[in-house]
Amino acid sequence: MSLKNVLAPFSAWARAFQKPFTVPEADTFRPGADRYRGWHINDTEACIGCGTCADICQNSAIDMVVVDEITKGDSGLRPNVDYGRCCWCALCVDVCPSGSLGLSNNYIWVDKDPDVFRYTPGVDAKEWDNDTKGWRKDDGWNIIDPDRVPMPMMMPEEDRVKSWAEVVLGYTEEQARAEAARCVECGLCIAACPAHMHIPDYIASIRDGNYSEALHHIYDNNPMPEMCGKVCTRQCESVCSIGVNGDPLAIRWLKRFATEQFSDFGEVLKRDVPKVGIGKSVAIIGGGPSGLTVAFYLAVRGFSVTVYEALPQVGGATFFGIPKYRFPMPSLEKQVKLLTDSGVVIKTNHRVDAAQFEQLQKDNDAMFIGTGLFKPSNLRAPGEDLPGVMYAIELLRDHHIGETVEVGEKVVVVGGGNVAIDAARICRRLGAEVTIAYRRRLQDMPADDEEIEDSEAEGVELITQNIPLRVEKLADGKLDFIWGPAEMISEGGGRPRPKLVEGIENHLEVDRVIVAIGQKPDLSWLPDATAEGIANKWGGIDCNESGMTAVDGIFAGGDLVNDTADAISAIADGLTAVDGIIKHLGCEADQRR
Amino acid sequence: MSRTEHLKSLGYDVMPNAGTEVDPREVQLWFGPQHPGITGNMSVQVWLEGDTIKRGITHVGYLHRGFEKLMERRKFIQSFPVVCRICVAEPDTNEYLLAQSLEELSGMDKDVPEKAQWIRTLVMEMSRLQATLMVLGGSVGTMGMGTAPNWTYTLRDFVLDSFEELTGGRVYHMYTTYGGVRRDLPTGFALRLEETLKKIDERLPYLDDLIFHNEVFRMRSIGVGVVPVEWADEIGITGPPLRAMGIARDVRRDYPYLKYPELDFKVCTGEGSDIYARAWVRRQEISESVSIIRQILEKMPHEGPYSAKLPNMLTWTIPRGSTYVRAEASRGEMGYMMVTDGSDKIRRVHVRGPSYTNAITVLERMLPGTNIADLSALMVSLQTCPPEIER
Repeated sequence: MSLKNVLAPFSAWARAFQKPFTVPEADTFRPGADRYRGWHINDTEACIGCGTCADICQNSAIDMVVVDEITKGDSGLRPNVDYGRCCWCALCVDVCPSGSLGLSNNYIWVDKDPDVFRYTPGVDAKEWDNDTKGWRKDDGWNIIDPDRVPMPMMMPEEDRVKSWAEVVLGYTEEQARAEAARCVECGLCIAACPAHMHIPDYIASIRDGNYSEALHHIYDNNPMPEMCGKVCTRQCESVCSIGVNGDPLAIRWLKRFATEQFSDFGEVLKRDVPKVGIGKSVAIIGGGPSGLTVAFYLAVRGFSVTVYEALPQVGGATFFGIPKYRFPMPSLEKQVKLLTDSGVVIKTNHRVDAAQFEQLQKDNDAMFIGTGLFKPSNLRAPGEDLPGVMYAIELLRDHHIGETVEVGEKVVVVGGGNVAIDAARICRRLGAEVTIAYRRRLQDMPADDEEIEDSEAEGVELITQNIPLRVEKLADGKLDFIWGPAEMISEGGGRPRPKLVEGIENHLEVDRVIVAIGQKPDLSWLPDATAEGIANKWGGIDCNESGMTAVDGIFAGGDLVNDTADAISAIADGLTAVDGIIKHLGCEADQRR
Repeated sequence: MSRTEHLKSLGYDVMPNAGTEVDPREVQLWFGPQHPGITGNMSVQVWLEGDTIKRGITHVGYLHRGFEKLMERRKFIQSFPVVCRICVAEPDTNEYLLAQSLEELSGMDKDVPEKAQWIRTLVMEMSRLQATLMVLGGSVGTMGMGTAPNWTYTLRDFVLDSFEELTGGRVYHMYTTYGGVRRDLPTGFALRLEETLKKIDERLPYLDDLIFHNEVFRMRSIGVGVVPVEWADEIGITGPPLRAMGIARDVRRDYPYLKYPELDFKVCTGEGSDIYARAWVRRQEISESVSIIRQILEKMPHEGPYSAKLPNMLTWTIPRGSTYVRAEASRGEMGYMMVTDGSDKIRRVHVRGPSYTNAITVLERMLPGTNIADLSALMVSLQTCPPEIER
């Protein structure tokens, strides 16, 4: 025993006269660190209710509870956190696709009631709701993949206008499965899709490499998936939760991939559906997406279905309106083959008139009208009736039914929708220089962004914020398209509208003026009494929730009925009418599609 | 030989009250699970004659959560909040090993950025430092001396402050994940960590006076709890209990990982293999850790990403395969044997924790003849971490 070892420990007494390390009241003296993981906060405005936080929570501490109504891109649900389960790992914050969820650096909360430790952040007010410090999402560590697998396109861009070949080449298997793996299966897309397609299900099947299962999920509520896989307006992608802070899932391309895996759907899609409709017959006027949807889902149930189509090919606007470099004929034919194989009788080149309509009404148990909008809207500017001024919808139709279309060397397309872009890109392929003249700003264009980009890549010029004043005839058959600049004004809120700046006239010398400012309904082919009975004040048709018009037994759908005027909405109308017709005819033994 | 048969062959009565005659000189005592001298929730059942332990067995299972099984039911990312609980005092080793094994099996290990490797090394060493501080104080605290643990726990809390700043959590960090780490170093982090290191440097001489120049501690620890050197390879002893035998083995040097090959450090050893030697090894390792952390802060890059590009955590799958990864925890070699089957979950993982060896095998062999008053000190010096046994 050494004396040093006896005395040395007493050196600790030196500390007795120094300030203690401990603080008496932690909440006053010591806030959590800047990125401390404390109580949850949620920006409920930014939150989309996708529920990915609840999926990632390994303790099941998060429940999604209803706080609001479902709107497009928002489930109306918000996360409710149970602090009896939470382990503050903050994976919910890091995974949050909208970035709305965070953790405050506040960590002290005392209450004698255990039930209060279960609340909905952002909805149930807490003192830390506005804390700026605490754990937040960080771009450097992303556990959902924000980057889309790029779609292979025909390159170089200059070559695209030299042929009618498809510009989009389609995913390879590896690419498709990688893209499908990005999905978090929140299901916001299901609500946004007019047809409520089972999107997360088929994406999961693609991810797992089970393409026939994917096709089954797709055919649950879409009889034209290859068309939708190529040209759908994809409202699903606009609400995709991954898209809030990244690229949305390429839902359309994945559907395309699944349909491209099979040359014939019939073999894959054998399904046992009760034949509830045997002995009933349904006539369908118009072979567009809505009519074909009704035809398919009724035919597989044993209904005898006949489709009457005025053009030489069914498909409606998807046949005559969509250029073949986006939606080639073999794709359409593949889908039509499944229809005819399912027992649908298709009569093309068969325009129904009033007398025949009355006869069909007598011969059939129910009717479906889906004739679409084929009458172009007028430009309402002087000179519209000059030779050389034509309508885009007629150009597209003539081109697709095989008639020769002359567009000359220089063309102006008036309008900003998908039809305008399609007309412009067709004119490029016909060898013309093309300018698109649109009234509003670029961001207001109703056409698909990708379509706009592709058209620009193909050399289409775009001028925005202009109002056509008149068209004048020049020598040697050319036309002078005269337009004035417009400024955007907002009156009483709402969407800004263009207002002509007086006194300025711009001239554009062209061979053709192509008007693409929309189409309007035309019911003049119907018997007068029927047309009067079902028409609304816009000239279209109003239907009830079963898809039935004011006339008993006559159902309708498609562009005549809805104002979105896209194929998937027409398919959705068709699905509504299928259920409506089955119910109307008393065949609702099975409502499964 | 099963454990029951093994215990019977050693003369232990595994079910002591079931129809056996009780020796009137023996007192049976349950030490733990609620006892301040027990390291965590486990208990040691001992039979005493006087205050000398005649024999005893360990009992675990008080906090069994089935970590390994839980991981078979979770997505890979969801296993990270689980594994840190395998060792409360030193969770980061588990996070690193889980990340490293998943990276090796998925091939992601090649993509982990340089900076992430440095931050991981920093976290591992900070973790070793704070755990060693805790156990060094604990070694003395179990002998009834309160001042040293107060000091070391305070120093540990300063390190935890840094952890809080870096990871958002003090004890469970959930910071190291596959691909890298979850956040970058905060601005000025190195300066504040250096402040803590200075506090530790400044306090260590006082701790030496309080612990190693303390006659009471010396009398109660030198020659007490001697682990025979022959057991080292027979049982597989690692960490400070091994190095206190004079055997310089350390995973950081022998099976280099992370950035340890680029760092200059000494494998600290002791002599005598007793409680004192193990405490002395830990005391040296505190200084080594401080030095390592300083080297890391100096050498690590300040720019660049801190995580690889990660796949969607909900759908990520890892191909079939198996691997064993190891790291040096403050207690010894920690290892993960992992098998994956191509799905989005771990098929099987076996956690090799040093505490199983130290607290079950070594402790049970050492109990006969130990004084009951030394039992706590022995357990702490073997650095028992019960959740690691019951994983």
